[in-house]
Amino acid sequence: MAGLEDLYREIILDHYRNPRNRGELEVPPATMAEGFNPLCGDEIQVYVQLSNGILSEVRLGGQGCSISQSSASMMSTAVIGKSTAEARDVMREFKKLMSIHEDGLDSGTTSEQTGDQPGASGLGDLEALRGVVKFPVRIKCATLGWNTLDQALDLLEAK
Amino acid sequence: MTESPLDVTAIKADFPLLQREVYDRPIVYLDSGATSQKPQSVLDAMSQYYAEINANIHRGAYLIAEQATTAVENSRTALARFIGASDAEEIVFTKNATEAVNLVAHSWGRSNLSEGDVVLLTTLEHHANIVPWQQLAAERGVEIRWIPITIEGRLDLTDLDVLLDGVKLVAVTAASNVTGAMPPLRHLADAAHAVGAKILVDATQWTPHLPTDVVAWDADFVVITAHKMCGPTGIGALWGRRDLLEAMPPFLGGGSMIQNVTLDGFTPAEVPTRFEAGTQPIAEIIGWHAAIIFLEGLGMEAIAAHERDLTAYALRTLTERFGHDLTIHGPQSVEDRGGTLSLVYRDIHPHDLSQVLDQHGVCVRAGHHCAKPLMKVLGVNATARASLYLYNDEADVDALADAMVAAGEFFAF
Repeated sequence: MAGLEDLYREIILDHYRNPRNRGELEVPPATMAEGFNPLCGDEIQVYVQLSNGILSEVRLGGQGCSISQSSASMMSTAVIGKSTAEARDVMREFKKLMSIHEDGLDSGTTSEQTGDQPGASGLGDLEALRGVVKFPVRIKCATLGWNTLDQALDLLEAK
Repeated sequence: MTESPLDVTAIKADFPLLQREVYDRPIVYLDSGATSQKPQSVLDAMSQYYAEINANIHRGAYLIAEQATTAVENSRTALARFIGASDAEEIVFTKNATEAVNLVAHSWGRSNLSEGDVVLLTTLEHHANIVPWQQLAAERGVEIRWIPITIEGRLDLTDLDVLLDGVKLVAVTAASNVTGAMPPLRHLADAAHAVGAKILVDATQWTPHLPTDVVAWDADFVVITAHKMCGPTGIGALWGRRDLLEAMPPFLGGGSMIQNVTLDGFTPAEVPTRFEAGTQPIAEIIGWHAAIIFLEGLGMEAIAAHERDLTAYALRTLTERFGHDLTIHGPQSVEDRGGTLSLVYRDIHPHDLSQVLDQHGVCVRAGHHCAKPLMKVLGVNATARASLYLYNDEADVDALADAMVAAGEFFAF
């Protein structure tokens, strides 16, 4: 049975206590998207600034639980300095990490138990969120920042 | 505490779910505000219907069809008695309380409200008693006005006279699902009627806990749901004054709700059949009757007294044990207050708090409780809500407090 230590890894609590890239960017020139988790009321604002084709700055506003906040914090450090295409690659890898294999739904089997090696995704610290899939209700917490970044990138690319 | 008005140990034994363990601990169920657990008698009544008298109602002229029809109408009669209504035909079965509000908004609202008319709501309302009116407002140009709340989470009626100007309907909760506050319904009904307005009461969080008397409230419409009062999900009801219901057009069209159908049109059936289109959730209606019998067996006065004592114990215990580390949103005394405790503990996000509580077998709801306008007034995005019911006791409150200590240690930074 999944225990709290599977969910609340030390690196997650660290990002929750000391969130990276908190704040706002002036819009414009920056782009902002806002996301809500309708289940729990969490909200997040993701600000992105593109310079010479790379995400030079990302800032995060809003409030939420340790999982949504730490996931967004780690996301910000993971995508700064990347192109929007590279950021989307990270996003896809992370979404894969957060997906429950269909055949494992009943047994609670996760990607961790079905052969994907930790570290194989190249997600670095974000690997710590792997345990979230054992708590399916919390997956929406972990993906809130990412879905909002996705919207911000859409807005950016539509410009 | 002095001797409880209820024998909670015996009551717990009636609820199969309360016998189970989670994480190798006995379950401590403190989320009855979301849905209550069901006693064995309700489960038995529903399976007995399917096993012995399963037939569609108001149709077949054979024995089991008549037995099923009688069982459904007996439930309607019991429900009328339970809420203090004298006429069972004023009870309309709906899917839930939400559908009952929508029925009133669509049928009464579209017949009686037009541009410039005002619907007066309160910031205590659940989304179920907000969104249907906002839909009507968007369609008809109806104005929505709000009764504000005090810092204690009660209604602030200071400017009620001003707010009532032009109002055609007041729609108010009987008990907040977030703060537990119980507005003065009769006062609001008198004020509404004085300006010629009707009043709809959302009694979802009231009927499970206290004696209900729609006549004493002088309400015009009351919406209720079964699943928070020991009954099954999927069944609720609208009670409305007969003269109002009779003047209202049907909401959903289909089978059963007609007197006659021709190629040119239809004649609606009488009240309440007019509002009960299609096959009803028969087993659920019968299960609801069993729930009413269960509650009446314990006595609503005794249930109310037990919950009042337990709420006082919870307010006292949590305040003593956690002091300024804990904010309990809502009235701090048991006067006109139900056993719904919206908690914010230190800076631990309610989602994280409830996750740790879960590991201790303690079930609470975390989130905005479908009352986002209220949460905004309270200045929070979310709370952890513990809601007490007839099968809870002081040990359950102590288990909550112990688990909160563990959460405090886990998130100590």
